[in-house]
Amino acid sequence: MRKLTMMTAAAALMAASTTAQAEDVEVLHWWTSGGEAAALNVLKEDLQGQGIGWQDMPVAGGGGTQAMTVLRARVTSGNPPTAVQMLGFDILDWAGEGALADLNIQAGLEGWDDVVPEALQQFAKHDGKWVSAPVNVHSTNWVWANKAILDDLGIAVPTTWDEFVAALEKVKASGKTAIAHGGQAWQDATVFDAVAMSTGGPEFYKKAFIDLDEEALGSDTMKESFDRMAVIRSYVDDNFSGRDWNLATAMVINGDAAFQMMGDWAKGEFLNADKKPDTDFLCFRFPGTQDQVTFNADQFAMFAQGKEVGKEQAALATAILSPSFQSAFNVVKGSVPARTDVSDEAFDACGKKGMADLKAAADSGNLYGSMAHGHANPAAVKNAMYDVITAHFNGEYDSATAVEELVTAVQINK
Amino acid sequence: MSISETANPRGSVVDRLRDALPKLVLSPTVAIVAIFVYGFIFFTLYLSFTDSRILPSFGWVGWQNFENLFRIRAWDTAVWNLVIFGSLYIIICCVLGLLLAILLDQRIRAEGFIRTIYLYPMALSFIVTGVAWKWFLDPGIGIEAVVQGWGWTSFEFNWIKDREMAIYTIVIAAVWQTSGFVMAMFLAGLRGIDSEMMKAAQIDGASTFALYRRIVIPQLRPAFMSAFVVLAHMAIKSYDLVIALTGGGPGTATELPATFMYSYTFTRNQMGIGAASAVIMLMTIAAIIVPYLWSELREKK
Repeated sequence: MRKLTMMTAAAALMAASTTAQAEDVEVLHWWTSGGEAAALNVLKEDLQGQGIGWQDMPVAGGGGTQAMTVLRARVTSGNPPTAVQMLGFDILDWAGEGALADLNIQAGLEGWDDVVPEALQQFAKHDGKWVSAPVNVHSTNWVWANKAILDDLGIAVPTTWDEFVAALEKVKASGKTAIAHGGQAWQDATVFDAVAMSTGGPEFYKKAFIDLDEEALGSDTMKESFDRMAVIRSYVDDNFSGRDWNLATAMVINGDAAFQMMGDWAKGEFLNADKKPDTDFLCFRFPGTQDQVTFNADQFAMFAQGKEVGKEQAALATAILSPSFQSAFNVVKGSVPARTDVSDEAFDACGKKGMADLKAAADSGNLYGSMAHGHANPAAVKNAMYDVITAHFNGEYDSATAVEELVTAVQINK
Repeated sequence: MSISETANPRGSVVDRLRDALPKLVLSPTVAIVAIFVYGFIFFTLYLSFTDSRILPSFGWVGWQNFENLFRIRAWDTAVWNLVIFGSLYIIICCVLGLLLAILLDQRIRAEGFIRTIYLYPMALSFIVTGVAWKWFLDPGIGIEAVVQGWGWTSFEFNWIKDREMAIYTIVIAAVWQTSGFVMAMFLAGLRGIDSEMMKAAQIDGASTFALYRRIVIPQLRPAFMSAFVVLAHMAIKSYDLVIALTGGGPGTATELPATFMYSYTFTRNQMGIGAASAVIMLMTIAAIIVPYLWSELREKK
């Protein structure tokens, strides 16, 4: 009998200690580089001000592949973290598994529906329920350019594909590398995103990458996009394979190369090297995509601890969506706020441009999830597309074969 | 036995305990192996017939995953790469290992020292080997840059950036890592050969070449078999070397079944197809190991 009482007492004690622990938020993320960690600190301090502890669980590795592997192990063992940094379709996949908490009460109180762009909501909501809190919007159809090189060669900012090719030719003739590119599948796909958008326009982009329409995927426009990729390949130096994106950015910073097509996280590298926007480097949309924005957005998905959303999860979500955090975080991170009503005062020229573009694109319906960053189709399809794009870029397929392969890849993985 | 039981029941308990002790001690291991090796093998087999995507799920889809697997071109690349990599890796390692062993077997000075140097790469993990060779082979900073720096400006060695040749760079790194180990196996085999027979042959006037070709190498059959089995399974499961050396690139040029399996299961939310590829790999290994085990066990009888 006594033993039983003791066990009950122990159980009660354990229950008490778990509720005590639940006051903390355990956050799984992959923001481990200096700038990112500093940006995250803003959030940490905000929560600590409300008496909510922060258990950090960083898993290094850009893109979050490793973090997702850790997450899978944690969820399978029945012990998910409270909040997890996540991208696009991963959120919907997990929501589909019924693993995420419902944030609708918070969203209703604070009017998230009115300030977060529609295209972004598609990834933050599942079955009409908010399941994650968007932190930022990165747009991926940027070109970064070394202003000194462009000025020396008398190149104006190109606005069409033909102007762009002419500019590339000029740079190549001067003996410099025209395009700094890192040869990793996701980087090839990032370029392909912009090229396809520029070649076929937003309608085509949506049909091919978001609706996965087989006709669009197998079309001549798609073939032309691949042809243009081959043109781009001819302006990339031969040692590109396997290069990290930030090393490619460094080539532009150091004046070895003129252009890089990369998302706005590249801006952080320029700023770290003490370069100023519009005086040392230029940022502009990929020629032919001036009115469109392809994006990816970091979000914090809340994992259900029971059915209810926890008090501390609600506080975390509120803190993330607050305009002051959105501004402070994104100034440091290089991205733009996930809500369109934040003041752009604190941002630099590229940041201001990015915010204005985002708002314009959101209003005109030209804001699209980036295929290369998992915001247009599920991970399985995305990776299948990566295979085709990178194989073509590395010369394994000609454009016609690449188009065929793209259709097959989507069929298999849909 | 029955007499001793009635005469001394206590002794019989002790006896029985002593008989059962090895089984008792081993049984947890057996149980653990049964669950965590064979259990999971069957679980993987089962998963390969389900519609598992991000987490294991249990909707039966029959052979669908296998059909899809064989339509994926990256899988063709992976299998073909395994054929190239596996055969070259095994052959070169065996030839080089045998050659090193024969040279080392000539009663030379400082043998122990040299043997250690040859064996040393085995002490490194494939990740370290991969990263080191990645730098050596990089045309921007590695061998090509160094030789060009010496004045041979037309020298080219950019295999790692060339999708046709990249798979061979993996062979280079893997051979560098393992041939010392194969040498050790052959050396042990050589040392076990009866020296009387060698002396007799020498007296009969056999040349050293003939001596090795006719007498020594045929007797190394068990060493060859062990080397083959070890190397074959290392080739089929090689994963870390590829990841460190080329990351599967350029493009998908150095994809191997192991890297394919990992990416489909854990990063592409296609657990069913990943499991199917794992099953195929298991079958391949079984096709090599089972006949070997069978012949080994049969010989002992």
